[in-house]
Amino acid sequence: MSADAAKALTFEFLSSLSAGYMMDITQNYFEFLALPVTYQLDLQSLSERNRELQKTLHPDRFAHLSDRERRLSVQYTAYLNEAVSTLKSPLTRAQYLLKMEGIDTFSETQVQLEPMFLMQQMELREGLESVREASDPDAVLLALQATVDGEMKALRSQFDGFYQQSTPTSLDAAAVCVRKMQFIDKLGREIEALEDQLFDE
Amino acid sequence: MALLQIAEPGQSPEPHQRKLAVGIDLGTTNSLVASVRSGEAATLPDEGGSHLLPSVVRYTDQGVVVGQAALAQAAVDPFNTIMSVKRLMGRGAVDLKGLQGEAVYRFADTDGGMPYLQTVAGDKSPVEISAEILKTLKARARASLEGELEGAVITVPAYFDDAQRQATKDAAQLAGIKVLRLLNEPTAAAVAYGLDQGAEGVIAVYDLGGGTFDISVLRLNKGVFEVLSTGGDSALGGDDFDLALAQWFLQQLGGAEVIAGESRYLTEKARWTKERLTENATVVVDLDHAGQKVSLEVTRELFDGLVETLVNKTVRACRRALKDAGVSTDEVLEVVMVGGSTRMPVIRARVEQFFERQPHIDIDPDRVVAVGAAIQADVLAGNKPDSEMLLLDVLPLSLGLETMGGLAEKVIHRNTSIPVARAQEFTTYQDGQTAMMVHVVQGERELVDDCRSLAQFVLRGIPPMAAGAAKIRVAFQVDADGLLSVSAKELSTGIESEIQVKPSYGLADNEIAEMLKASYSCAEGDMAARNLREQQVEADRLLHSLEQAISADGKQLLSEGELIHLQEQMVILFSLRNGTDSALIEQGVKVLAQVSDFFAARRMDLSIKNALKGHSIDEIEGNS
Repeated sequence: MSADAAKALTFEFLSSLSAGYMMDITQNYFEFLALPVTYQLDLQSLSERNRELQKTLHPDRFAHLSDRERRLSVQYTAYLNEAVSTLKSPLTRAQYLLKMEGIDTFSETQVQLEPMFLMQQMELREGLESVREASDPDAVLLALQATVDGEMKALRSQFDGFYQQSTPTSLDAAAVCVRKMQFIDKLGREIEALEDQLFDE
Repeated sequence: MALLQIAEPGQSPEPHQRKLAVGIDLGTTNSLVASVRSGEAATLPDEGGSHLLPSVVRYTDQGVVVGQAALAQAAVDPFNTIMSVKRLMGRGAVDLKGLQGEAVYRFADTDGGMPYLQTVAGDKSPVEISAEILKTLKARARASLEGELEGAVITVPAYFDDAQRQATKDAAQLAGIKVLRLLNEPTAAAVAYGLDQGAEGVIAVYDLGGGTFDISVLRLNKGVFEVLSTGGDSALGGDDFDLALAQWFLQQLGGAEVIAGESRYLTEKARWTKERLTENATVVVDLDHAGQKVSLEVTRELFDGLVETLVNKTVRACRRALKDAGVSTDEVLEVVMVGGSTRMPVIRARVEQFFERQPHIDIDPDRVVAVGAAIQADVLAGNKPDSEMLLLDVLPLSLGLETMGGLAEKVIHRNTSIPVARAQEFTTYQDGQTAMMVHVVQGERELVDDCRSLAQFVLRGIPPMAAGAAKIRVAFQVDADGLLSVSAKELSTGIESEIQVKPSYGLADNEIAEMLKASYSCAEGDMAARNLREQQVEADRLLHSLEQAISADGKQLLSEGELIHLQEQMVILFSLRNGTDSALIEQGVKVLAQVSDFFAARRMDLSIKNALKGHSIDEIEGNS
């Protein structure tokens, strides 16, 4: 199961947790944090809101109160942390926006993408596998990282364009961007992992 | 409308009454307790005026001895005198192989779970032994603060995993201490220096104790302390510096190599010399060893030369920790010194040279962690409602589950903000499979065998289905202390299985209850009295917080009917609370908590609204 599917389940799980406590999470993450629903999220505001709410909700604020208050606070803060981490990452933020539009890319298990993109992914992956044999692995990794960063940036801006058009067709196109981002994101993490390994040896 | 007055006669709770809360540094070599009094955080001395309590517990026929008196007997009664028990906390019998050579104790045969040490007073677990140290500190705090403790902040190393944290919390429970928070030691040190109020950036905490060396790299960002990396050497400390000098003494006496612990005389003399060299450039030491009497002059230069390889080792660890954290030396904004061994001028000089800035040394390095913990304890106890201080933490090590082929699948990644809740779904891999093993592990490695095993449990009663058809949801919840609880549920049947992760090497709740009971076995009455007192405290806490809540937000959030109903329920609990039946009080607390849940939730939502006041979406959109 993918990490994204886990994310989808987590939403559900958090809702089930809160049910007994009447926690108001009918609000989406943007409303919860009093932020405008947009992909071009101001990360500075996100982190300020997080700080303000942590001051109100964090279990440390309830350490001297009864068990019930502490439990409630743990649940609210877990929800807050989930909201912030989801909105902070450009990938999960895009996925969350689509989910609000009824397109669930979190729990997809199989996706179809155009052959051109997949070919390119395979090439990048082969590049990654050959790093160990390269004479200057560091340089190869850096170059790969730059490619990944560039791809990601392009996809983000494509996504935002489609998302803002907000028609059924454009939202489907936005979902395709998200699926591509997932590929690229995974590759990025593999580059980091390999970097760590090479570093350790 | 008059509100309920909840107070015992002659014991009215003043609204501004200070709650007594302490910070405890439960160290490998020494432990300390500190508290904030008249706005100043300071460590508390024992009757003899010493602040450091050696973390040594000795079991005798007559009872338990803790601290200096126990340490004094370590040489004559090694098996019953337990030192450095912190190294055993949260460890399984298997892990102890790595500690052989250090641990001389006799371990009782167990079924591979938690190791028990054989002593004259019976088999003792590391948790029980630590609890003895905590009890001593608690008694000291009670005597010097003259009152009951509200709770304590206890520090743990940043790299402590769930098992080690849980073991520490269990020890506190056994000692009858309410844990307000487990706090990372380096974070506590940074708090002691008020760095949480300072500029944002990277902070390095260099902690050289008696027997361990830790380096932690933290990042302070918007009031959040994040542990970026930790490193060090669990077998390098001040004792090794003594040994290096003792070696030299022996050479001057024409002898062979000093074996650790064998020549206590020489290492004691070496320690004496080392400590004096902090203030003096030259120290003359008189030795009377194996029939030889000599007077030796030791200069600081000589000493620095003898310990150079040791110092280099710590500097290498610092370099490595910065590398792991992905920061360069010039990004390090502050350096904090912790541990008695950082008094050595050679350490200070080398640390300053490496980080290219002056380390913080103003607070006694032995006490700085306890002082930081006390500052947080004071805030957490509710003594400083206006305090801005908030230490947000991240998960130190990833949590995951074992999947096919012995692979560890991460469910929550390290450095995720806590508290956190996550769910993951799994399925059966055989037709007709009716049970599933859930194995929770912690660590960064891919193979389960390379991670720490935290807990295993079996979810039974899955209806027989084709492979891959059953859906089992495993949910993780991590609280603000980094402690995990796990539940598993088969979704089609709703069969559920839940455990508080009591690590494979930890104590089960009933074991703790047993131990608590055993410690009161000679006085059944004590146990009952304690139980009653605990339930009364919980009832008071709930009543008091409700009373405050009603007076603050009752008008706004409660209908008249709701208010009357709540107050009726409060009266009921209040009368139960003044009785002597602890089970009834416990029940009453549950009932009142339940009927007031909606109010607590409304208040929480109201406080969210208030916190975000002025940030209405319209306004934001208008501005952008």
